[in-house]
Amino acid sequence: MTETETMTVREAIRAGLREEMERDEDVFIMGEDVAEYGGVLNVTEGLLEEFDERRVRDTPISEAGFTGAGVGAAATGTRPVVELMFSDFMGVAMEQISNQMAKMRYMFGGKTDMPITIRTTEGGGQGAASQHSGTPHTWIAHFPGLKAVAPGTPRAAKGLTKSAIRSDDPVFVFENKMIYEQDGPVPTDSEFTIPIGEANVEREGADVTVAATQRLVGESLEAAEELAGDVDLEVIDLRSLYPLDTDTITESVRKTGRLVVADESPLSYGTHAEVMARVVEDEFYSLDAPLQRVGVADTHIPFATELEDEVVPHTEDVVEAVRRVV
Amino acid sequence: MGSIPIDTTDGRTEILRRMLTIREFEETASDMFADGEIPGFVHLYIGEEAVGVGACSALEESDYITSTHRGHGHSIAKGLDPKLMMAELLGSVEGYNNGKGGSMHIADVDANMLGANGIVGAGPPMATGAALSASYRDADEVALGFLGDGAVAQGQVHEAINLAATWDLPAIYVVENNHFGEGTPVEDQHNVENLSETAEAYDIPGFTVDGMDVTAVYEAVAEARERALAGDGPTFIEAETYRYRGHFEGDPQAYRTDEDVSEWREERDPIDSFEERLLDRGDIDEDELQTMREEVVAEIEAAVDFARDAERPAPEDAYTDMFADPAPEIERFVGDLRADGRGGDSQ
Ligand SMILES: Cc1ncc(C[n+]2csc(CCOP(=O)(O)OP(=O)(O)O)c2C)c(N)n1
Repeated sequence: MTETETMTVREAIRAGLREEMERDEDVFIMGEDVAEYGGVLNVTEGLLEEFDERRVRDTPISEAGFTGAGVGAAATGTRPVVELMFSDFMGVAMEQISNQMAKMRYMFGGKTDMPITIRTTEGGGQGAASQHSGTPHTWIAHFPGLKAVAPGTPRAAKGLTKSAIRSDDPVFVFENKMIYEQDGPVPTDSEFTIPIGEANVEREGADVTVAATQRLVGESLEAAEELAGDVDLEVIDLRSLYPLDTDTITESVRKTGRLVVADESPLSYGTHAEVMARVVEDEFYSLDAPLQRVGVADTHIPFATELEDEVVPHTEDVVEAVRRVV
Repeated sequence: MGSIPIDTTDGRTEILRRMLTIREFEETASDMFADGEIPGFVHLYIGEEAVGVGACSALEESDYITSTHRGHGHSIAKGLDPKLMMAELLGSVEGYNNGKGGSMHIADVDANMLGANGIVGAGPPMATGAALSASYRDADEVALGFLGDGAVAQGQVHEAINLAATWDLPAIYVVENNHFGEGTPVEDQHNVENLSETAEAYDIPGFTVDGMDVTAVYEAVAEARERALAGDGPTFIEAETYRYRGHFEGDPQAYRTDEDVSEWREERDPIDSFEERLLDRGDIDEDELQTMREEVVAEIEAAVDFARDAERPAPEDAYTDMFADPAPEIERFVGDLRADGRGGDSQ
């Protein structure tokens, strides 16, 4: 039995960062307000004191500049972990992300590694309005040369953060800011990692597969409780968006014949569509009902609570989607 | 003192040889492009050789550079092999980037040359990062980012310099002011008279030097390197130069006249003037110079032969080199790649 400790998602990520920095001198953190302040969402709190300002670095507010510096540093013998405060700010760093970080290994004929980790926050629910609430992970998962993970549990948050740092590829860790306080058991072993590209069945069930990410993993588990005795849900935390664990999803669909994809990103052309396309390609004849998606109806995230609640998907949206397929 | 000491006869003749090599490489590339042998875009450096060679000769081999879309000169100046460069221009698998980069992306991380770049202004942030890495690792290394006068208008360039300045990183930024950003004159793109005034905003030293004089560039970079290694932070150097060819090969150049070009070419050519200086000082005589020119021509001919004979990539090579740790997606979409990865039929 592996030893576990109850931790929040925030603590789990911090533990992952701490362990990797202890393990490997080449790992350092940089970003806006990550050191003294501890990160605006407090993920890096205390790390400056545990390490020092060489390893935990406050940058000027210049996402393109410090993301690009991360690319240069990753190509020259270090393992930077770059925090982009809110994922909505990826746009200002997109050149370095899409043309440099993503293409360097390929364009150099495989002759360089790009061991950079980008941590960033996503999601609505805080009344932060459109520019601080987006869930744009599809941009990254869609772009060749980048890897993207989006954990839904504290355990996954720690294991994937560590794998991202150890990877010689650029990996984006998309943290949903509404689940930083969610707690659960997390292995304390400093060698515990979760391979990038492996989904996890969080709850076994016979009737409908719900493939979920981030906050919607928890909300889908709640939906499963609500529906228990009526519909038996199997809930999968996709965990990794690229690469995506097609096998775990198709295996589940083979059993249940029904699929709901729940992911807090815009519904058109996105994560939902990719999961569904693979199921249709590989497992079409196992399907007993049309597929359903739960996400954001192609709007931005509004400010007023009533409007935000309307747009951001919740447990009842998962329940409704399940009702449509049984 | 850099990897090529300019205060020795051997160093000075090597510097001349590198400038001649760039020019010969590029004149050859120009002909091959015109003949349809080189695909894509080719941006030539002819006229600007003193900047790349002056700057790189003042660096140690362990120092890093980032380059621009006009990167052949920087590559040769950094010591890259013209054979592997020419093979890359032809898209051969034996080229520096296995045929995946071409003229605009030549890179050799083993030589600390972090890539020519198709994106104007993208190099300086990466140079800042290489300087950060050097300082993080406590290595006696500096990073030099080349950029054009047009690139000075890019936001990320300023972010990169500001970051290096606030962290006192061992970085050097060298602006090659060749007076045009594509077809628009530099004075229509910037309001300052000298681009080196940019340095003032970051409270770092900024200089404008004669970019047609290899010695002037060398000295400015050598001094910047010392400052960087002493922990005194970055330096911003503007080198005034001129490109003789169009922005890219095939550019009709309506924005300037032949006279504009010949004014620089006849009066200020960096190779002619350096040759004269070496002849005057007795570093080299006419015969030796002639021999050197012939050797350079032979080297580039050999590079062309090598590149023409070099192995072509197999179609399935298009799917390799994406990641260090595998992602099954590519196999999913193209089917199992052949085990040996190349040659033969691709099904
Ligand atoms: C971000 C970006 N914008 C535009 C271009 C198209 N472009 C390629 S080179 C160039 C001019 C660059 O001028 P400068 O930086 O002065 O370099 P030079 O060509 O003079 O060496 C332009 C506009 C590009 N490659 N990247």
